[in-house]
Amino acid sequence: MTSADSTPRDAARDAAVTIANVDKTFATREGEVHALKDVSLTVAAGEFVSLIGPSGCGKSTLLRLVADLDQPTAGAVRVFGKPARQARVDQDYGIAFQQSGLLPWRTVRGNIELPLELHRDGPHGADAASRRSRAAELIELVGLGEFAEKYPDQLSGGMQQRVAIARAIAEKPNLLLMDEPFGALDEMTREYLQSELLRIAAETGAAVVFVTHSIPEAVYLSDRVVVMSPRPGRIEAIIDMKLGATEQRTDAIREDVAFFEMVTAVRESLHRGSPPTGSIPARDLAAREGRSA
Amino acid sequence: MTDIGEPQPRKKPQRGSSRVRMGVYGVAGILLLVAVWELYKWLGPTGGVVLWGTRVLPRTSDLAMPHVWDMIVRMAEPVTRAASANPLWLQVALAALVTLGIAAVGWLVGIVVGIGLALVMQRWRLAESAVLPWVILSQTIPLIAFAPVVRSWGSRIEIGAFAWQDWMSVALIASYLAFFPVAVGALRGLQSPDTIHTELMHSYAASWWTTMRKLRFPAAVPYLLPALRLAAANAVIGAVVAEVSTGLQGGIGRLIIQYAGQASGDPAKAWGPMFGAIALGLVAAGSVALLGVILSKYRRAEATT
Repeated sequence: MTSADSTPRDAARDAAVTIANVDKTFATREGEVHALKDVSLTVAAGEFVSLIGPSGCGKSTLLRLVADLDQPTAGAVRVFGKPARQARVDQDYGIAFQQSGLLPWRTVRGNIELPLELHRDGPHGADAASRRSRAAELIELVGLGEFAEKYPDQLSGGMQQRVAIARAIAEKPNLLLMDEPFGALDEMTREYLQSELLRIAAETGAAVVFVTHSIPEAVYLSDRVVVMSPRPGRIEAIIDMKLGATEQRTDAIREDVAFFEMVTAVRESLHRGSPPTGSIPARDLAAREGRSA
Repeated sequence: MTDIGEPQPRKKPQRGSSRVRMGVYGVAGILLLVAVWELYKWLGPTGGVVLWGTRVLPRTSDLAMPHVWDMIVRMAEPVTRAASANPLWLQVALAALVTLGIAAVGWLVGIVVGIGLALVMQRWRLAESAVLPWVILSQTIPLIAFAPVVRSWGSRIEIGAFAWQDWMSVALIASYLAFFPVAVGALRGLQSPDTIHTELMHSYAASWWTTMRKLRFPAAVPYLLPALRLAAANAVIGAVVAEVSTGLQGGIGRLIIQYAGQASGDPAKAWGPMFGAIALGLVAAGSVALLGVILSKYRRAEATT
């Protein structure tokens, strides 16, 4: 239902995210920590890309650079052709974290309305009635119809995370940034929400950058999986997933042979630190533009 | 998939019965105090208990320790023998109202100053390290010492039609005691939001003031309410003490001194204004509790953790 009124994707040929030769170092008491070294990556509009790797590989740092929550030490991050900071100010992305980060004094509806309230000149932000109707739409989308007036402490972890996702897509961003959003959930809830996320991504047509440390999760969700390795954080391999278009992917794929092959490919890449078959070297990325659905 | 469909069971404490029990305990505590008082008065030595030349427990005479019922009966009798005299309780209540008004002004000024300081300290870390020690140091100055100074400085202030009134000195001193818990509590509260919340506001490109309104002020409420209660109690104490030390007429502080002077002839009378001062403190703290009920939705995190 939302696909009909979502933003026209004229800019489909422009990349959603362009990361060029990015370095990031943190000054700590023990000296400098090289979190990211010479990272380059392009995410096409509408594309679902997962960042995977062991802890300390800089995958969350990379996401934070895209979100302009941190700034790169060297290199450039552009979002829809704009510097990351400008993209943040323009509200070009929605973001969700491992913790839902809901405000405890606001109801489900109040939490979802928060970004709309803050951006009166944005879509759906103009007046209370349009904010309310957009929130109602989102609450239906994430299947929380009966819980609109509940407070976060009355919800389960999975429900809280669904509210956080609804909040992230409230202003119909063309880019969704997600930092292990299902990391704290049990397996059942996790698989359920993964399918929900795929459906939402297909309906909104947004590009997604998704940080995870679960291989099956990355494989199931992504068009491409970016494998990272630590100390210093860098891109080890970028592996194409061949599980069909986002909207056609269903739970049955989890039992498909192709799914297991992809899982194996990612696992081997993670463990050996060398690209297995099906991967492409990072430098060939330029050729990949325009491949999005 | 029960986790998805079902809300978490709400831990609902049995509010009603626990509130009744607390009320019973409260009344029992007062009765116990009355019982101890009367028991000591009945059984204790007439001259009190003296240890190494110091009287550690008072004499049990009617002069030093009037019966509780005498105090209560005295409240209903007229203040003086003059025909037009008000009953004591009314006189005390009127004086308590005067003091309450002054304390309320001091309380409000204290809140404004305290929250203002907290905002400045939250905004600039440098300000926090520069101002906070002074805020703490300010509370070490004895009230008795600077109350007369405030009064004498205040009496010299005259700006156009505005002339400094004596009650303003008392309110100022009350606010001096009230601002401290507010400043400290508000600062902690404003700094309380998690990184995830501040980063969320940053991702929304929300301004400092918007972040204040939507995140930091609501998050500060659970810290601010106990601070406001403390500030209310401090404002009442400050007002009473300042009335005494500046000699302001009309308030309960003056009444305490005045009736204490008449205690040799009318011992029960001196207790009237003391009960008035206690009631004053309860009213002040109770109003803040009412505020807490109004703001209860901002206290959900407090209730669940």
